[in-house]
Amino acid sequence: MEIDRLDGRKANQLRPLACSRNILNRAHGSASWTQGDTKVLVAVYGPKAGTKKNENPEKACIEVIWKPKSGQIGKSEREYEMIVKRTLQSICILNINPNTTTSVIVQVINDDGALLPCAINAACAALVDAGIPLKHLAVAICCCLADSGYIILDPTKLEEQSMKAYAYLVFPNSILSVRPEGSLKVQGEPMEHGVITSGTQGAMSVDDYLNCLERGRAATAKMSTVLRRNLQPQIASDLSKAG
Amino acid sequence: MGLPDAPGDLSSEVDVEAFRRLFPLRFYERHLTESIRPDGRPLGRARDTTIALGAVASAEGSALAKIGSTTMLAAIKMEVMTPSMDSPDQGCIAIDFHMPPICSPIVRPGRPAEIAPVVSKQLSDTISSSGMINLKELSLVSGKAAWMAYLDIYCLDADGALFDAALLSAVAAFSHLQIPAVSLNDDGIIVVVSEENGGKLEKDAVNKERMKLTLKSIPFSLTCVLHKNYILADPTAEEESIMETVVTVVLDSSSQLVSLYKPGGPVLAYTSAIQDCVALTRQRMKELQKILDEANSGMEVD
Repeated sequence: MEIDRLDGRKANQLRPLACSRNILNRAHGSASWTQGDTKVLVAVYGPKAGTKKNENPEKACIEVIWKPKSGQIGKSEREYEMIVKRTLQSICILNINPNTTTSVIVQVINDDGALLPCAINAACAALVDAGIPLKHLAVAICCCLADSGYIILDPTKLEEQSMKAYAYLVFPNSILSVRPEGSLKVQGEPMEHGVITSGTQGAMSVDDYLNCLERGRAATAKMSTVLRRNLQPQIASDLSKAG
Repeated sequence: MGLPDAPGDLSSEVDVEAFRRLFPLRFYERHLTESIRPDGRPLGRARDTTIALGAVASAEGSALAKIGSTTMLAAIKMEVMTPSMDSPDQGCIAIDFHMPPICSPIVRPGRPAEIAPVVSKQLSDTISSSGMINLKELSLVSGKAAWMAYLDIYCLDADGALFDAALLSAVAAFSHLQIPAVSLNDDGIIVVVSEENGGKLEKDAVNKERMKLTLKSIPFSLTCVLHKNYILADPTAEEESIMETVVTVVLDSSSQLVSLYKPGGPVLAYTSAIQDCVALTRQRMKELQKILDEANSGMEVD
């Protein structure tokens, strides 16, 4: 059953994406990510010397500070901080700069649905801008499930609130490699099909969740190419800035 | 783990406890190749679980849940409040999760645990997503009075799988909850009916029926740890800190997926791993359902 979306998009259609890097002067790395009306700005400072008390000094530590658009900092903000922190920890190469802390500050400019995926995408672009060593990039997407089992991607806030359930998923970005395809498979699936982070809200059947995974993978493959294209041309100008 | 030959040479001489502290990952991997864990459990088995209802006598509903050493005490206090304008015939539930310093050496009085607000929010989200509680049952007089249930969960011992134990104690406390009988007195104020008063006014009949909440689809959860190709169910705190990838699956009694929570982690979850975790959770759900039913029927006999 087709569902008419308020903004006329099809089920698989994402909102217009915009990513700008190096927008803040003082931060070591910064990026803003816009998906439709949802906009998040992320600044990265680091690596700085020393780790916090309970953290392992043999590895680099990532600290995330989430600033909401308005209101006091409460439990949701702490949860977002933890999810972003653990997602970024899994993509950074932590052994390269041990006993250091990298601070990632996330500022929500506007929230119109798919806030956490937008923040993770922005944080990833900001880490690239700061030159933090990464294993691979992370691409995040949000899927919404209607009562009929119909899945739509990249919902707006109204769609998130009116639908039965939604799931946000983070996948590694797709690999462009010279090695033959078969050698990159893990357990029979290509590496970019693995889920880095997943969270759901609302109840859905297990099959619906697996369908969301399929749709999410297809969408993140497209987003990876957009991200790759976006990050590439600026490398030439970064080199001249470093010199 | 960067020492090349040392572990091989030392392992024959070093005490088991010392090896466990010095090379924790190798210690665990030695056990995993034999499909067993240091405490003797097979990989897919959860620790012994017990539920004791009515642990807090002054609260309207309470439960003490233990999964292995992880202990959670949940208690519900009810209060009458005016419902909000946009939902005049619904009550409200406020869930709070506390980790006092007694539970773990990493929690200190001035420094609250980082995971406490996260588990608290996860619990509220899970209980509202599962639709276990029909908030309309908490309504007294539409638009004027409704019940507010304060659910407080205290972690008394944090030894891994905190969310599982907290959810289990919350569900057990709600199943034990007995809403006090109230009536509307002459001034239009809700008062609790005590045994001496006998039957006071009109509201009596309505509230005597609603003494217990009907719990529709009860959520049960299982936390698993992923490490290479292994999936360990119900990790202890040591396992969670060594193998950092944690997946929590919450299913309700009609096998609907209420939540699949994987907050990052070095290991990526492929479809096969996710399906295995869901299968382990289904098994665990049957065990937990049985334990909860036994605890409830034990209370009814009294």
